[in-house]
Amino acid sequence: MKAFVNDTRHLLLRHLRTTLRLPIWIAVTLIQPVIWLTIYGQLFRRVVEIPGFGAGSYIQFLTPGVVIMTALFGSAWSGMGIIEDLTDGVMDRMLATPVNRAALISARVLHAALTVAVQSVIILAFGMALGARVAGGVPGFLVILLLGSLLGAGMSALSNGLALVTRREETLIAVINFFGLPLTFLSTAFMASDLMPGWIRALSRANPVNWAVIASRDAMLGQAWGGVAKAALMLAGFVLVSVWISTQAFRAYRTAT
Amino acid sequence: MPTLPEAIVCSDLEKTYKNGVKALSGVSFAVRPGEIFGLLGPNGAGKSTTVRILATLTRPDGGKASVAGCDVIADPAGVRLRIGFVAQASGVDKWATGRENLVLQAHLMRVPPADVPARVKTLLEWVNLSEAADRIVKTYSGGMKRRLDLAMGLVNEPAVLFLDEPTTGLDPETRAALWRDLRRLRRERNLAVLLTTHYLEEADHLCDRLAIVDHGRIVVEGTPSELKARISGDTVALDIGMEKSGGQEHGPEKTGARTGTDASRENAERMAGLLRPLDGVLEASAEGNRIIARVRHGATAMPALITAVERAGVTVLSSTMSRPSLDDVYLHHTGRRFQGEGPAGSSDGVAASGKVKGEKP
Repeated sequence: MKAFVNDTRHLLLRHLRTTLRLPIWIAVTLIQPVIWLTIYGQLFRRVVEIPGFGAGSYIQFLTPGVVIMTALFGSAWSGMGIIEDLTDGVMDRMLATPVNRAALISARVLHAALTVAVQSVIILAFGMALGARVAGGVPGFLVILLLGSLLGAGMSALSNGLALVTRREETLIAVINFFGLPLTFLSTAFMASDLMPGWIRALSRANPVNWAVIASRDAMLGQAWGGVAKAALMLAGFVLVSVWISTQAFRAYRTAT
Repeated sequence: MPTLPEAIVCSDLEKTYKNGVKALSGVSFAVRPGEIFGLLGPNGAGKSTTVRILATLTRPDGGKASVAGCDVIADPAGVRLRIGFVAQASGVDKWATGRENLVLQAHLMRVPPADVPARVKTLLEWVNLSEAADRIVKTYSGGMKRRLDLAMGLVNEPAVLFLDEPTTGLDPETRAALWRDLRRLRRERNLAVLLTTHYLEEADHLCDRLAIVDHGRIVVEGTPSELKARISGDTVALDIGMEKSGGQEHGPEKTGARTGTDASRENAERMAGLLRPLDGVLEASAEGNRIIARVRHGATAMPALITAVERAGVTVLSSTMSRPSLDDVYLHHTGRRFQGEGPAGSSDGVAASGKVKGEKP
């Protein structure tokens, strides 16, 4: 356990250092959410007038959705780092040391979660500048960061697991493109639940992205804290399952090569 | 030496990859402490697989191996604590500085945290990277990166160091410098080094003992001079021209080179047959328009060979004599010449690493 904690700390430091040396990537990943908030937010400004939408302003409705969407996409790319390490021989070099194997995954998952938290702060601030209000105050703000980080952690674990199994950038890119947008649109990120077709609403209930979106929106409005807590627990479960899956992938990698 | 335990012992290692490629079919050898042992062979012979098994990265399908006294299957953690592993692909983190790479490796290798800064400093000096220590590795040259690799492999003061194709892709000057470092390493520390290479020259210069690997098995093992001495005699090579029958033709002229080449090849075969029964000739074969004869005494045999060829009506254009080389050893044991990659084989190196990776999808 001590080895796990120490190794995770050292490896996390390595990942954070790499990110800080290439801060341009944080900026690049923020371009999309900014476009969603400014252009999409303006374009669909009047959908809130549809009877039954049930929200006062669309930017208010959209901001938590974009925060979670960025968490999803940002962390889904996390597996690219493992593929780079595999190609560079870094992974083999580390596997020939006594490093705790689970720490290799947990450091990446923690790194993804921290990156999501930083990005969420920036997107929330941008949404607020455009007129969104965090009625939930500081607790609401922090809970949104937590929800985004949990989703990011789970997604990053899955992405790392997939990277270890396929060991190919192309496959990872294809899978993210295949699942990314459906996961986003099968949620209430852009459209109120009551206005969704029945089958989408049914699917969205099983979608961790949707759990995070609904709970973030409630936290932002400072309402339904019970539901928020339940969503956070479900997301924590999602993280555990994902981390377990990706540790299995590690085992597969070790026997396949 | 015989009282010390062996640094590496492996017996009958076997490995077949999932795609059906049989990489090893029974590899056995032993390496003593303080010795540089080389595995020499062409790409795909099974050298990298052997190293990966000994470094606990790959599980063998059969056979046994122990490294620094720990069994690779029963006690991989024990092996990992006692080895240094420098892979074919560099393995350094290019977005970190040299010092950061070493510090992380030291922690992962369980160096006591209090010792880390001093050990890292000493190693950086040892590989002559002190000045570049705080630069990002991405800015390093190929040789600097390789020296950092070497330092990282030594950070835990290992009992056994694995070097998988350490000089592939390096320019000749950098390669020579790395050879110097490795010889210095053997002088200063009593560690065993297992090195794989596909350069004959490297195996000859660097290894105390070596084994030639071919098609997943070891064909011969010994010190470079032993191996060469086992092939007795000298090698004489004669380049021959056209037969002096009838006309005044002389030498392989550019015009009609094709028919000329065919004719001289036949000639060479015929001449080799002619030389074989001569006194003092151990072996004779033809290669293009060249006759290669292994003889007991090169200096005395040469005139007799030339006379015999000339008397048969064939011109000798040039002649060379050499002591047996590792290339001859290789030819002798595998029946073919070493697929010669010259020292400037950087593109070969890239293709090679790609190929080896392709074997284990």
